[in-house]
Amino acid sequence: MSEPRTLSQKIWDRHVVAAGIGGDPDLLYIDLHLVHEVTSPQAFDGLRLNGRSVRRPDLTIATEDHNTPTVNQDQPIKDEISAKQIETLRVNTEQFGIVNYPMGHENNGIVHVMGPEQGLTQPGMTIVCGDSHTATHGAFGSIAFGIGTSEVEHVLATQTLPQVKPGTMAITVKGELNPGVTPKDVILYAIGVIGTGGGIGKIIEYRGDVFENMSMEGRMTVCNMSIEGGAKAGLIAPDETTFAYMQGRPQAPTDADWDAAVTDWKTLVTDEGAVFDEEVVIDAADIKPQVSWGTNPAQVMPIDGMIPGPDDFDDPNLANTASRALEYMDFEAGTPIKDVAVDTVFIGSCTNSRIEDLRAAAAVAKGRSVADGVRTLVVPGSGKVRAQAEAEGLDQIFRDAGFDWREPGCSMCLAMNPDKLQPGERCASTSNRNFEGRQGRGGRTHLVSPEVAVATAIAGHFAAPSDLN
Amino acid sequence: MKAVRIVSGTAIPLNRTDVDTDQIIPSDWLKRVERTGFEKGLFSEWRDDRDFVLNQEQYSGASILIGGLNFGTGSSREHAVWAIQQYGFDAVISPRFADIFRNNCTKNGLVPVAVTEDINAQLMEAVQTDPTLEITIDVERLTVEAPAIGLETTFPLDSAVRERFLEGLDDIGLTLRYASDIDTYESDRKPWMPAQA
Ligand code: SF4
Repeated sequence: MSEPRTLSQKIWDRHVVAAGIGGDPDLLYIDLHLVHEVTSPQAFDGLRLNGRSVRRPDLTIATEDHNTPTVNQDQPIKDEISAKQIETLRVNTEQFGIVNYPMGHENNGIVHVMGPEQGLTQPGMTIVCGDSHTATHGAFGSIAFGIGTSEVEHVLATQTLPQVKPGTMAITVKGELNPGVTPKDVILYAIGVIGTGGGIGKIIEYRGDVFENMSMEGRMTVCNMSIEGGAKAGLIAPDETTFAYMQGRPQAPTDADWDAAVTDWKTLVTDEGAVFDEEVVIDAADIKPQVSWGTNPAQVMPIDGMIPGPDDFDDPNLANTASRALEYMDFEAGTPIKDVAVDTVFIGSCTNSRIEDLRAAAAVAKGRSVADGVRTLVVPGSGKVRAQAEAEGLDQIFRDAGFDWREPGCSMCLAMNPDKLQPGERCASTSNRNFEGRQGRGGRTHLVSPEVAVATAIAGHFAAPSDLN
Repeated sequence: MKAVRIVSGTAIPLNRTDVDTDQIIPSDWLKRVERTGFEKGLFSEWRDDRDFVLNQEQYSGASILIGGLNFGTGSSREHAVWAIQQYGFDAVISPRFADIFRNNCTKNGLVPVAVTEDINAQLMEAVQTDPTLEITIDVERLTVEAPAIGLETTFPLDSAVRERFLEGLDDIGLTLRYASDIDTYESDRKPWMPAQA
């Protein structure tokens, strides 16, 4: 009998082309490489400079998402530098024989929404992308992680990456979630527990009843934010929920291949007796709807709480970071967060822009209206999500309530397109990062679930759906 | 990548924790398709403040950046490493680097020097007191020295990465030596995995 292994160790071991080459890193095979316009141009340039080709264009797929506008996608992009970056991707993918879903194409969308939606993301795979939220794909029981541009070039040229084997971490959430608590709240709470550096050098496996009972889209929201806890990747063992979600997707296996695949995927679980380097156990009952109050994703609080002060932290580092954050966010410790008004509400990003997110958001918006003076954006994660939402009439619910219904893309998650905050503006956002200036220079971001985002838009200040009458 | 053996010079103390890559290079700068010209974007949102350490004259010409805990968290943008290098830094010291940032450093010859929190605090303070303090980072011996304050310590680097720094080797070239292993691995690809026609 071999040693019991964790899920991530099993998947890792399957992909080692050469162990410990020239020292410690393993040469790891990459099953799928996702590419977008922002982190790839210098990589393609590198290939050309060295006379190299793309080893497996068939395992590489591109989409345009980061800098694309969310209105008038049928017209040329106005921002010249953005237009050039998109044009560069089109030329590069054409020259190297890579499929690209251009802006406006029905399969176009945020890279981490598009992959799973197409059935490209499958259990047991290794998946990389020049984007740190690649861990999203871990929801299917794959090892998926973000890489830099030099690594993008490396994967294009060799379909492999030299990688040091990460450590293992388990985050187990036990019990049943309180009513109104969403997957976003679970992951925000967990990051609050482990801190922004808690997962560095490790792959997190999310375990326990809460994740077993969670939908695929909820699992994607959770795995998506693994990087905010510093982790290399995050994953969840595949199960019947996973298989049901995948079956029938355009690139999912069919017939005999499907049966063989499912048989194999069922072996992708952490063995009884396998030991994690670190284990964190959370009681589901402790989790309330969350809001981030500071400038990193570990600075979170329950929505019915008061903004903490530096004195609330024993660790001098955390106290220090807290006082800087309070200054940037223009906050006084002790203020109830529900008393804080917002200027903007953003519903979108690879964390929360899938159909379930939009359904949940629309359910809160239905029959209500956005508070005066609050700007809103609802940005579906992909062309498919947009079409589905429109077929279900969700766009109409949003419009009737006064929300601005947009075309797909990353949008105000990173403010590379015209969707930006102005200096000093405060935003309730369903995205994943509340860093200084992330949504526009001087902007103040609060991370929340789609349900809280909508309730906040309607109330004009932070609110949970249960606060609305 | 160019070879790096010794980084020697003065340092800038960036006394903040959780400096993320959105701070190092804001997203406006990511629209460029070139690999150069990022020095102007380095910490650009903080540089309007005249007191920001990069604007303090006594620190000009430094080749080492001393950061706090959790340096380089967040986005995978390699532009962060390019900006730090193109501004003139050859090494970054921190008690803990985010994984992707650290990897990106090693692909570009920017030395990520991870030291203990105590040593980091000691260096930060020493450089704040004396901006002319000379620090030497030796990639061959994996040491950090500041003789004027009697500091000498070591830092970790995988042997493979250290080798690449010392020899200035191209990562892709090294991997291509394993081409036949890659071929063999690929011949076993599961038939159900996705591939584009
Ligand atoms: S939505 Fe935000 S986090 Fe997700 S891929 Fe786009 S920029 Fe990255």
